[in-house]
Amino acid sequence: MVEFWSVWIWPTVWIVIKIVAIVLPLLLAVAYLTFAERKVIAAMHRRKGPNVVGPFGLLQPMADGLKLFLKETVIPTGANRAVFVIAPMITFILALVAWAVIPFGQMSDGTPMVLADINVGILYLFAISSLGVYGIIMAGWASNSKYAFLGGIRSAAQMVSYEVSIGFVIITVLLCVGSLNLSRIVEAQAGPWGLFHWFAFPLMPMAVIFFVSGLAETNRHPFDLPEAEAELVSGYNVEYSAMAFALFFLGEYANMILMSAMTSVLFLGGWLPPFNIAPFTWIPGPIWFILKIAACLFVFLWVRATLPRYRYDQLMRLGWKVFLPVSLAAVVIVAGALITFGWMPARAG
Amino acid sequence: MSFMDRTARAFLLSELVSGLALTFRYMFKSSVTINYPYEKGPLSPRFRGEHALRRYPNGEERCIACKLCEAICPALAITIEAEPRADGSRRTTRYDIDMVKCIYCGYCQEACPVDAIVEGPNFEFSTETREELLYDKQKLLANGDRWENEIAANLAADAPYR
Repeated sequence: MVEFWSVWIWPTVWIVIKIVAIVLPLLLAVAYLTFAERKVIAAMHRRKGPNVVGPFGLLQPMADGLKLFLKETVIPTGANRAVFVIAPMITFILALVAWAVIPFGQMSDGTPMVLADINVGILYLFAISSLGVYGIIMAGWASNSKYAFLGGIRSAAQMVSYEVSIGFVIITVLLCVGSLNLSRIVEAQAGPWGLFHWFAFPLMPMAVIFFVSGLAETNRHPFDLPEAEAELVSGYNVEYSAMAFALFFLGEYANMILMSAMTSVLFLGGWLPPFNIAPFTWIPGPIWFILKIAACLFVFLWVRATLPRYRYDQLMRLGWKVFLPVSLAAVVIVAGALITFGWMPARAG
Repeated sequence: MSFMDRTARAFLLSELVSGLALTFRYMFKSSVTINYPYEKGPLSPRFRGEHALRRYPNGEERCIACKLCEAICPALAITIEAEPRADGSRRTTRYDIDMVKCIYCGYCQEACPVDAIVEGPNFEFSTETREELLYDKQKLLANGDRWENEIAANLAADAPYR
């Protein structure tokens, strides 16, 4: 009986506690990301943004959430009920489960702070973010609406196109690291010169391609064609209301945070401080990680406030005729450089 | 050379970066909007807002039921009925403005020979029901009493240009 408790129950409880400790701050971050988005874009438009609910409008996300929670969920008559209801859940759940492998920092004994320290972490992330398109396709199809369907189709084509270049960019990073474990990827960016060891510097064009593909992958501006208000009246989620819509919304923003976290892990050195000198090393790793995620998210919002939406053929041209050849060439160049100069990393576990 | 130049610019994303730099600079500029319910923009003395029926300083209502405003109203929003009062003066018994029909053209105040019907500076009179926007004489006179100071000041300010 004691064994039953120590082997089964306590580990389960401990894992659930860890999951809650990750998911609750994440949901809070999603709520305040919507607020930050409105404030940042307002500042760039020289407006004030939400400032009425609470001090500086800080309770605005709560008010929005409460409103969506209290509304009625409308399911269209022509919709396929089961798929219609499952689609937002899939989007939302997939946006959350990906966080299982993201390392937030390092314990004092050197083990990474991560829910599941698996050796194929980056493959897992890649798989989960690719699955995200299913929620959108299912929503578009199940709504039985032309706008939603077109949005779903566009989203599928767009995500497939950009996943290819994201895959090649990840391969260049993996070549430099020699491991698919996300904690190893971060550790490989450690060095005496601080931020100059981050992959953002040696692999600069790859970092840019990764980030831009991430914009397309999360359906953000300027690649938000699946939910273009002007043509598709917000695309795949046009028939959704109340909590179902809120799940899509949360999922989309959680995906933004996830993509920022991936950018931080792959290119910005994860939890590593930018300089290895006193005041920077005092700040704990998770804080650095959060700051880097916040910086990436700011760029997401900044880009939204700056660039107009791409036309669909421009989107496809960029994906297939620019990013794909460039990232493919980069794989060859990086691999060649590693072999030529003997920088190939030792094969890590 | 121009080919090299263009290619370099394309690969260094110079257009994107200059655009992003512009929006980044704008983020630190002060906002040009006003914090509306707490701050309000300036209004011209000629601003045509909510209607009001004015009174003379002794409390007598100005309107003499000439019906010029009713006649000129392009939206047919004004309805007037009149008969002589006990002291023999001609006064309205009914003066209704349908604020839903009104197009705020200001012809009624231009037509009025005694400055009785005027459009005041108030523009915050939204209601929750349509019926509340069907103004009667009582409501219009109450508006006049409420806004008399502002209306008189605005008429005085605009008088030199008429």
